[in-house]
Amino acid sequence: MAALRADFTLPLRFFELELALEVDRTVALVGPSGAGKTSVLRAIAGLVRPPRGRIALGDELWLDSERRLFRKPDERRVGLVFQEYALFPHLTVRQNVAYAGKERAGEYLERFRISHLADVRPTALSGGERQRVALARALARGPGLILLDEPLSALDAHTKGTVRAELQELLHELALPTILVSHDFEDAAALADQVGVIVDGRLRQFASPSELVDRPADPFVASFTGANLLRGKARRLDDDMTLIQLDTGELVYSTDWGEGEVGVVVYPWEVSVGRLHQQDSAMNLIRGEIRSVVAVGNRVRVRVGPITAEVTTSSAEKLELARGGTAFATFKATGTRLVPLA
Amino acid sequence: MRRALLALAYFLASGVALAFLVLPIVAIFVHVSPGRLIDQLSNPVVRDALVVSLKTTLIAQVLVLGFGTPTAYLLASRRFPGRSLCVTLVELPLVLPPAVAGIGLLVAFGRFGLLGGALRSVGITLPFTQAAVTIAVAFVSSPLYVRQAIAAFEAVDPNLVAASRTLGAGPARTFFRVVLPLARGGLGAGEALAFARGLGEFGATIMFAGSLQGVTQTLPLAIYAQFEVNLDVTLAISALLVLISLALLISLKLASLWPWQPSEQTSRSRFGSLSWS
Repeated sequence: MAALRADFTLPLRFFELELALEVDRTVALVGPSGAGKTSVLRAIAGLVRPPRGRIALGDELWLDSERRLFRKPDERRVGLVFQEYALFPHLTVRQNVAYAGKERAGEYLERFRISHLADVRPTALSGGERQRVALARALARGPGLILLDEPLSALDAHTKGTVRAELQELLHELALPTILVSHDFEDAAALADQVGVIVDGRLRQFASPSELVDRPADPFVASFTGANLLRGKARRLDDDMTLIQLDTGELVYSTDWGEGEVGVVVYPWEVSVGRLHQQDSAMNLIRGEIRSVVAVGNRVRVRVGPITAEVTTSSAEKLELARGGTAFATFKATGTRLVPLA
Repeated sequence: MRRALLALAYFLASGVALAFLVLPIVAIFVHVSPGRLIDQLSNPVVRDALVVSLKTTLIAQVLVLGFGTPTAYLLASRRFPGRSLCVTLVELPLVLPPAVAGIGLLVAFGRFGLLGGALRSVGITLPFTQAAVTIAVAFVSSPLYVRQAIAAFEAVDPNLVAASRTLGAGPARTFFRVVLPLARGGLGAGEALAFARGLGEFGATIMFAGSLQGVTQTLPLAIYAQFEVNLDVTLAISALLVLISLALLISLKLASLWPWQPSEQTSRSRFGSLSWS
């Protein structure tokens, strides 16, 4: 399998996209909207021409600004699935899939379980069906690289889970270098081996999903991965302990090293919630008003003062957590990470 | 009470307006009996004018489609300095008085015009020929098509064009398999308007091509020429033009009902238009 090597700069409206990537399996680019994620895909597909850089899939050179080499999109073996799928509305499902390659259209209709929809036009399809058509169409070309632009964002929450599992399996089966773009860290973590966090056109951190959670490089990465970020001033106590005075007044201990202005990173699943103040091994305790209680799947996200905790539905019921009450949020000093604040 | 008065006022105003618009059309058909109208159509003046009109209008429309379509696509899909100026120039004949267009054509392509000498040196004399009629018709009708075509091409989702390219289709295949089918409703509507305008062309034609029966006398020119000779003939030609115009208008309405209009296309997202470098 040929890996993709891309290293280029591309001026966008408000900033310059600057990126170096090597992709041999599934990489997710995540970040806020307007960070330049889609432009990365456009540049790699050849829909825009970066003024400087080099893009190659294995030994096929697609862009080399020094040699003034630029291959047009139709000359790159790339399968791009657009955010809203961009299916041709005037063609049937079969014609859409056959657009790139007639020979294998039937095979892909079978593979994506859309044979029964072959003579239907895309406007009559559900979101999940459209995505399968878009994937079949992109793969019928026989690409050496797959690009997915927000593959799950056009789907409703109900379909999303199933489609995500299917996509996961497909990407694993295909074993092609893949770049997917997402604004949702959870989707990215579920689908990709490596995640790049991109903000204002730059990669902030490139690591495995678990590494991003364990060792966020900066406050943005931390909050993006779903962590709590509490701002405060850090002071070393001894070799293994740092004391942080939060901006909201509370004192928090961390086994991580930090000095001066820091962000304390705590993941919601590291935080327990109780109604009574009780002694346990957790060093950190924050007392606060319950500001919100939101069910997310089989868990409940509870906001206690400045911190969000994630508890099981049953314990939320047992504790009778409701908005307006008071609760204690506790977490271990070892469950915290400190990131320097700019 | 005041409401009732207001409703009455609306009703009266629209009644007067509609009657005003329809009455002249009706008058054409009722002034003489339908039998006499049909008889007049066999008059050689009418037959000659019909042949000249159809021939010149059809050739003019082939020219308008052939040159107008690529022009419209270029103006719709590319952003370059001077683009708005180009669009304005393309629209200019629309607001130009036809007589001015005729004079302009005469001093451009006429015997003593800007290009007259060059044309004469290769043995071409344009004024007062059928070619001149065709040129006049193409000149005045082209903006109606090109304007509509620009709008139709702009309404094609750029993502679909980009998708076609990433699926291995070159610019030509993309144009014929994606852009043209999606824009054809708008292109058809524009062409119907241009055809109708071309068929009714009078001012520029009479200035640049004259009104020679069987050569440059089109249907509208024949109406004018026959006006003081035989009113029945002018009425017959008029009735004929009304029917043709009506047919065009209906086909225009049908074209707008074409299944995949822009509203049915997938919504646009962040992929901008594709550059064709």
